[in-house]
Amino acid sequence: MVQEHDTHTNDHHNHGHAHDHDNHLGPTAARVRALESLLVAKGLVDPAAVDAIIDTYENKVGPRNGAKVVARAWVDAAFRRWLERDANAAIASLGFTGRQGEHMRVVFNTPEIHNVVVCTLCSCYPWTVLGLPPTWYKSPAYRSRVVVEPRRVLAEFGLVLNTATKVIVRDSTAELRWLVIPERPAGTETLDEAALAELVTRDAMIGTARVDSRIPGAADTPPDLQEPTA
Amino acid sequence: MNGPHDVGGRAGFGEVMPEADEPAFHADWERQVLGLTLCCGALRHWTLDESRHARESLPPALYYSSSYYQIWLTALEALLIHHGEMTREELDDGVVHQAGLATERCLKARRVPSVLATGAPTARTLDSKPRYRTGDRVRTIVDHTKGHTRLPGYARDKPGTVVEIHEAHVFPDSNARGQDASVQGEQPEWLYTVAFEGKDLWGNGAEENTSVTLEAWESYLRAE
Repeated sequence: MVQEHDTHTNDHHNHGHAHDHDNHLGPTAARVRALESLLVAKGLVDPAAVDAIIDTYENKVGPRNGAKVVARAWVDAAFRRWLERDANAAIASLGFTGRQGEHMRVVFNTPEIHNVVVCTLCSCYPWTVLGLPPTWYKSPAYRSRVVVEPRRVLAEFGLVLNTATKVIVRDSTAELRWLVIPERPAGTETLDEAALAELVTRDAMIGTARVDSRIPGAADTPPDLQEPTA
Repeated sequence: MNGPHDVGGRAGFGEVMPEADEPAFHADWERQVLGLTLCCGALRHWTLDESRHARESLPPALYYSSSYYQIWLTALEALLIHHGEMTREELDDGVVHQAGLATERCLKARRVPSVLATGAPTARTLDSKPRYRTGDRVRTIVDHTKGHTRLPGYARDKPGTVVEIHEAHVFPDSNARGQDASVQGEQPEWLYTVAFEGKDLWGNGAEENTSVTLEAWESYLRAE
């Protein structure tokens, strides 16, 4: 029986499932190992390809890609227009192409319109610019609620919107993948593109947050005094 | 199909629970399920739509009691059995009883970067013109198909407005090749983004000044 890595890695990962780690996930790990062994033995799967896929989505592709798109859109009006006209080509020009990002679309959040993205039917998400979706994005709780009570869900994320702001929920039912370009925060006029990208969070590009002018983890330091970390 | 996956607007799933500094995976087996699912997809026995249909075909009690990657795993096993690459007996006892079929399409590690960077675009060229224009009022169809569909239950028979016309895209209802599909294969159709006012979807249950957009293939729509 395979037990060593069966359990979740931290105690905070409790999404309402009554997982019994020893009896529930242990057998799952064994099932997966048995399936992989069969597939490799039959010549249907190359284990090195499995490793390469995992490495790609665990280490190479993630929300820093999307943050670069957002920062470029903030500083470069021509790029912003390109995103509006042909997001796929504009995003590809930064090197971000591929699976679950074949047909990219962007929407721009403004004081008047706030977009938030969901996939009620499964877990469609722009992998090329945001990586794999977080567990909450895939959860029935988010998928069920955000279409009917988006303001309440956003408020739970700490984003309270005035009713004068129109909320548009983007349910990703096709192969189009939506990237939210959040508003550029005030007080960031002196920051360059790389420093701006540091401000952009994954949740802001899903639409469940705004971008704060403070660099994450540096709460009390004005942004113009921060050293860009990338 | 009106499966357990179609949760938009349903109640009782509790609070959204974001996890600070969440890792990409919570267990090693989750990594393997992602990798195996993509590798087996490359065997081209099934389409992405068919794999979605396999997941949403899980019995509701099993779907809701499974974690995300457990749903993927159960569906992957079902797809491999359905397409003859695996038997239930092999999965149960872990011993190979029959040779692999599509071994010549096995995804090799050296091809992974190009395969992932290319993806599988679903836009297609159509000779016909789109039936609807931006600004047109439309109503979604009411059909409760037993096969795969990407028209969510909450958005059936609802009035909306076409806000964007896209390219023609592979039609998932037929591309899933479900046994109940009257047509099979890609059957591309024009794709639209349609906006629905919250009150048209949820009545008095709607929040003020909200709307939902979704992508609708042309046959999901009728002129209003």
